[in-house]
Amino acid sequence: MAFQLDARTPSGPLEHRWSKAKQEMKLVSPANRRKYTVIVVGSGLAGGSAAATLGELGYNVKCFSYHDSPRRAHSIGAQGGINAAKNYQNDGDSAYRLFYDTIKGGDFRSRESNVYRLAEVSVDIIDQCVAQGVPFAREYGGTLANRSFGGAQVSRTFYARGQTGQQLLLGCYQALERQVDAGRVRMFHRHEMLDLVVIGGRARGIVTRNLLTGAIDCHVADAVVLATGGYSNVFYLSTNAKACNATAIWRAYKRGAGFGNPCYTQIHPTCIPQSGDYQSKLTLMSESLRNDGRIWVPKKKGDTRNPNEIPEEERDYYLERMYPAFGNLCPRDIASRAAKLMCDQGFGVGPSGRGVYLDFKEAIGRLGRKTIEERYGNLFEMYEQITAEDPYSVPMRIYPAVHYTMGGLWVDYHLQSTIPGLFVLGEANFSDHGANRLGASALMQGLADGYFIAPYTVGHFLAQVKPGGVEAEHAEFRAAKEQVEQRTRRLLSIQGKKTVDDFHRELGKIMWEYCGMARNATGLKHALEKIPEVREEFWHNVNVPGSAEELNQSLEKAGRVADFFELGELTCLDALEREESCGGHFREEHQTEEGEAKRDDERFCHAAVWEYAGEDKPPVRNVEPLQFEFVHLAQRSYK
Amino acid sequence: MKIILNIWRQKNSSSPGKMVRYELDKVNEHMSFLEMLDVLNEDLARKGEDPVAFEHDCREGICGCCGFMVNGIAHGPERSTTVCQLHMRHFRDGDELWLEPFRAKAFPVIKDLVVDRSAFDRVIAAGGYISINTGSAPEANSIPVERQRADRAMDAAACIGCGACVAACPNASASLFVSAKIAHLGLLPQGEPERDRRAVRMVLKMTEEGFGYCTNTGECEAICPKGVKIENIARMHRDFTRAVALYREASKAAGAH
Ligand code: FES
Repeated sequence: MAFQLDARTPSGPLEHRWSKAKQEMKLVSPANRRKYTVIVVGSGLAGGSAAATLGELGYNVKCFSYHDSPRRAHSIGAQGGINAAKNYQNDGDSAYRLFYDTIKGGDFRSRESNVYRLAEVSVDIIDQCVAQGVPFAREYGGTLANRSFGGAQVSRTFYARGQTGQQLLLGCYQALERQVDAGRVRMFHRHEMLDLVVIGGRARGIVTRNLLTGAIDCHVADAVVLATGGYSNVFYLSTNAKACNATAIWRAYKRGAGFGNPCYTQIHPTCIPQSGDYQSKLTLMSESLRNDGRIWVPKKKGDTRNPNEIPEEERDYYLERMYPAFGNLCPRDIASRAAKLMCDQGFGVGPSGRGVYLDFKEAIGRLGRKTIEERYGNLFEMYEQITAEDPYSVPMRIYPAVHYTMGGLWVDYHLQSTIPGLFVLGEANFSDHGANRLGASALMQGLADGYFIAPYTVGHFLAQVKPGGVEAEHAEFRAAKEQVEQRTRRLLSIQGKKTVDDFHRELGKIMWEYCGMARNATGLKHALEKIPEVREEFWHNVNVPGSAEELNQSLEKAGRVADFFELGELTCLDALEREESCGGHFREEHQTEEGEAKRDDERFCHAAVWEYAGEDKPPVRNVEPLQFEFVHLAQRSYK
Repeated sequence: MKIILNIWRQKNSSSPGKMVRYELDKVNEHMSFLEMLDVLNEDLARKGEDPVAFEHDCREGICGCCGFMVNGIAHGPERSTTVCQLHMRHFRDGDELWLEPFRAKAFPVIKDLVVDRSAFDRVIAAGGYISINTGSAPEANSIPVERQRADRAMDAAACIGCGACVAACPNASASLFVSAKIAHLGLLPQGEPERDRRAVRMVLKMTEEGFGYCTNTGECEAICPKGVKIENIARMHRDFTRAVALYREASKAAGAH
């Protein structure tokens, strides 16, 4: 059974499509809305904003989070900013330009209509957030300030010091708590979704585990919204928070939701290098630092001199040299690969040789220490806390790390997955960023989906179905619950010799080695043999201590890692099948003479949508062809 | 280096807890404090023992998940540092440390070092927001905000909701947390219309949740990993008093007596 992939994109002029779609949508009358129950899984920027807005509209919302509070969601980690085509700087920005930058930045692997809509609603997001009290940076005249970000030649990024994600999340969290107080949203804290229930071809609810008591419960709804973030933690070491996981989207995949482009993963160029085996995660240093910091390596291989003693003429500012037009502000995938290239060639710095310098000396000289402190103070502090080095006087050392996943569950223009009634928002879906995401666009997408898109499209769906009609005692719910319980029992019964983290690290090594910044067929095939072996061992030799009826952090981790094994395998398979390089997916066999990504538009101008075919059966690769009516497919150039 | 840990172990909220001693060799000075606990937990798991439960997520000092007492100090001895950002280089070989959960009536212990901080959410739900439905916002630049005000609002908004201020306060007061939100929103023109209502409702809710009163001890400010200032508390008291005095009707409606 192959998917019928109807993207439901409207026709007509690009800039009228979203208005047209909205006009054609069916509505639920205000008096009837409370009869409909919507489950929102995840309460970060995408989920929180959707839950709050659906609550404001009058739907009966149940919102689930594995955290103790929505304010912990990993959207909070985003530092640098949020893009919007306000053109406040009068530098020629427009919705079209933001659209074009995003399509190009994504290496022409996203849907035009979706991306244009994202650019279009970006301006409303800023209005909304300012009205909520998000303390964005301002000019002396009281207007909003902007900064530049990679992949753009205009200044359109709004920011709140280095804590933009935190402030946007708090705005969204407060809006959500307001609905909780009004009784329109019910929060289920410390509840993890462990299965999706599909009845009669429609998503009808979820099965959750109460992380404090271990109770497995069924929750019925008229529509289910997943906003559960990305899967960078497949790589073990990433900039994601420790609890970030793919379980919700993975279980939905196994219930029939198509998985789009899993191999599109983003490696962020500016992270603090790994320092030892005990390392539990990597820390990102915001891309905004590339506004003022200059990236370089010594011209001499293996130069171990103190960086401050290396004279100007013995430094290679390689991004400025290789990409003169964009310099240090070239897109993430390009900056990451360039850093890898330098280190592979032996120019890397630091104890491991896997690092490059990010130097603020010139900027401090030009702008003064105070300005740099104002702009990046908290990032500098964080760097010093971690490395015990003072970036005001010694250049930072940085290295790329896995940061974001552009792939995710396939959705149509309505953000609905291949399962009717199942909507997917934010990083959890595959939409908008193509093969590479530009900086300051994740916050934008999460909030666009949650505040301004899903409330319309979910309403449109609900208007066409009758509320209720299914009970938690339904056979499908009982069966799903039984499966969840069985799986939990199984994990606890193995009592093997290795810890969950042992396995997770092992998986991460395979992924980073063979499916990281550069990939090739031989390596990917090797990974595809290796992963099932390690997974097999996991199910026979993992040790999950404790019981099911209590707070059991090892059990939580074990369930997530079990899913990572399967998703990791699919990621490698997708990477193998996509015989081209595009954005974050770099296949060594497919590069230009200068070593840039070489797309193959003849064969791969499409989204790959994977379909689960059952235990022990290979998944089916479906395609959604991408049509470009408005932009010309070009090789990306940032020179 | 070697570190001796005495950790509060408590199976669940209804069982009694006790300190348990662990010795850890091979601690690396570049490890974060939580990475050291990871190592301990891996050892325990390998031995089939129950690992120490503690909360954490971002490990970047921003999500506010982590937090426990290290030798009686919330988040440990380094100033302006969450325990996830605390590194072992600040300790010496042979140091003996005592790890306990945050202690406060409003933060019941769930397990080991994990406490229930949901009271914070309920205080926010009582009024820690600006009532603006999606789609009804005016153009962002239509209301200018004085830069200094925006900066001060941001200073207060930097609170990560970790609860260290409550744990450090001898009265287990949440005044720093509550006042940070009241100041953040009250300083901005967008938050002005609900300033009185917000102050009244949040302050009353804080008391109802079992947090103590502020007696100007100042421990909260000293411990706050984000440098949130105690001057916010003065502002909160002023807003609250003003709202109650000026708007008796309104504050009654909001639940004041
Ligand atoms: S783990 Fe997020 S603040 Fe410490």
